[in-house]
Amino acid sequence: MKEDQVPQDKENLNEGKLAKLYYATDESGHYKKVNSVGWEPETVAMQQAWDVVNNEVEDARLMVIEGKASPVLYYLKKNIMDFSMVASYVGTMSFVVRLHTKPFFFNKLSKKTLEKYAYTFRISVEEFTDIERLKQKHAG
Amino acid sequence: MQVNFTHKQSAHCESGVISNLMRFHGLDFDEPMAFGIGSGLFFSYMPFVKLNGIPVATYRIWPGHIFKKFSNRIGIKIESKKFSSTTTAMTELDKMLDKGQPVGMLTSVFYLDYLPAAYRFHFNAHNIIVFGKENGRYLVSDPVMETTTDIAYEDLVRARFAKGMPEPSGRMYYPIQIPGEFPLEKAIWTGIKETSDRMTRIPIPLFGAKGMTYLSKRLRHWPERLGNRKAILWLGHLIRMQEEIGTGGAGFRFLYAAFLDQSSTLLKNNEMFDISKQMTANGDLLRDFAYYAGRVCKNRTSDTKTFSELADMLEAVSHREQKTFEQLYQVSKSK
Repeated sequence: MKEDQVPQDKENLNEGKLAKLYYATDESGHYKKVNSVGWEPETVAMQQAWDVVNNEVEDARLMVIEGKASPVLYYLKKNIMDFSMVASYVGTMSFVVRLHTKPFFFNKLSKKTLEKYAYTFRISVEEFTDIERLKQKHAG
Repeated sequence: MQVNFTHKQSAHCESGVISNLMRFHGLDFDEPMAFGIGSGLFFSYMPFVKLNGIPVATYRIWPGHIFKKFSNRIGIKIESKKFSSTTTAMTELDKMLDKGQPVGMLTSVFYLDYLPAAYRFHFNAHNIIVFGKENGRYLVSDPVMETTTDIAYEDLVRARFAKGMPEPSGRMYYPIQIPGEFPLEKAIWTGIKETSDRMTRIPIPLFGAKGMTYLSKRLRHWPERLGNRKAILWLGHLIRMQEEIGTGGAGFRFLYAAFLDQSSTLLKNNEMFDISKQMTANGDLLRDFAYYAGRVCKNRTSDTKTFSELADMLEAVSHREQKTFEQLYQVSKSK
């Protein structure tokens, strides 16, 4: 890649926080360092991965509102985790976490277990158990 | 608690951390040098190893390898520690900072809130350097960032003790012994020999240059095997692996070419510069592939024809890389 080919695509997901370092060649083929604000193919691929995540979060949100799932499922998706990952944070086994995504088991959880979940998802227990706030789209 | 630390931005986190740490200890290694001496380049496609249900293609060697090989070849002794207690891990860090010693560590990108949100997936093998503490916040040199930044105690604890694969377990490392003299020329050749050997001589079709041919064969059939939606997702994943923060979309090929370029000047070896140019051309082809794949992802239509074309592009790169690394192997063999 020649230095004048280093992509500077304005439409990107870097929030102005990151201009990545690329290695590009000068006229004689020797390398130098050039910053890039963004590159479209990467932005497309990254956006696509986030679309998948966001769809799953939205599906989980609807299920929680309809009473088919517990907030565990919503915040699990929201934090891009899976059952086994949440299980190792909470200190249990993944099938237990799977059970806790059912409202029936969720409603029986002790304060201590709720605290562990809330800590894992980086919210307070009140926020975690408050299903009302999930009724607004894009809830925390 | 702050040491006089010079931060330089880099393309890849592991080689960047090496370069920044070494500079602090008085050894000047530019990032490409660290990457090349540590034999950072590779390719493998293992359809049975999956991440979120998508097979992993990697354009570089596994995490930790570059650091290990680099310090062995230059003769640096590294102290590396793992912890089971978060409190001990943080007090140990504070102790090192009190001594004025910057510390490299493994973190999960998910908890590094100075990075743009779009990058913060659960990637648990990101290397950063912590070099001080100010007003209760840790000062961070993250190699992919342009400048130094900082992070709260709580976030750093979470980043160091993230769960999932692999678990960083608070791992931190720092050099304890730096050699006065080191065999630079030998280190460069050994690094090259290992990379070119791996790229051309592993007798399993999943690894090295021929791994890319294998991937192209699989990729050709993605639309009929996986259906439209999944084929597009898998392709998008491939682009992300190929770009991986700052490789210019060429899966570390430009970084390695920069290493060959610098080495050719250092060792006054013209053939190496020729190979560097070949590598640049290979990288450009990979970039074209990513660009075309990006188009396909954007339009969200996969058909057998486009995937065949994409597969052809990859296969061409594979054959070229086989040749390039074979030549590199022959050059480095006798050294």
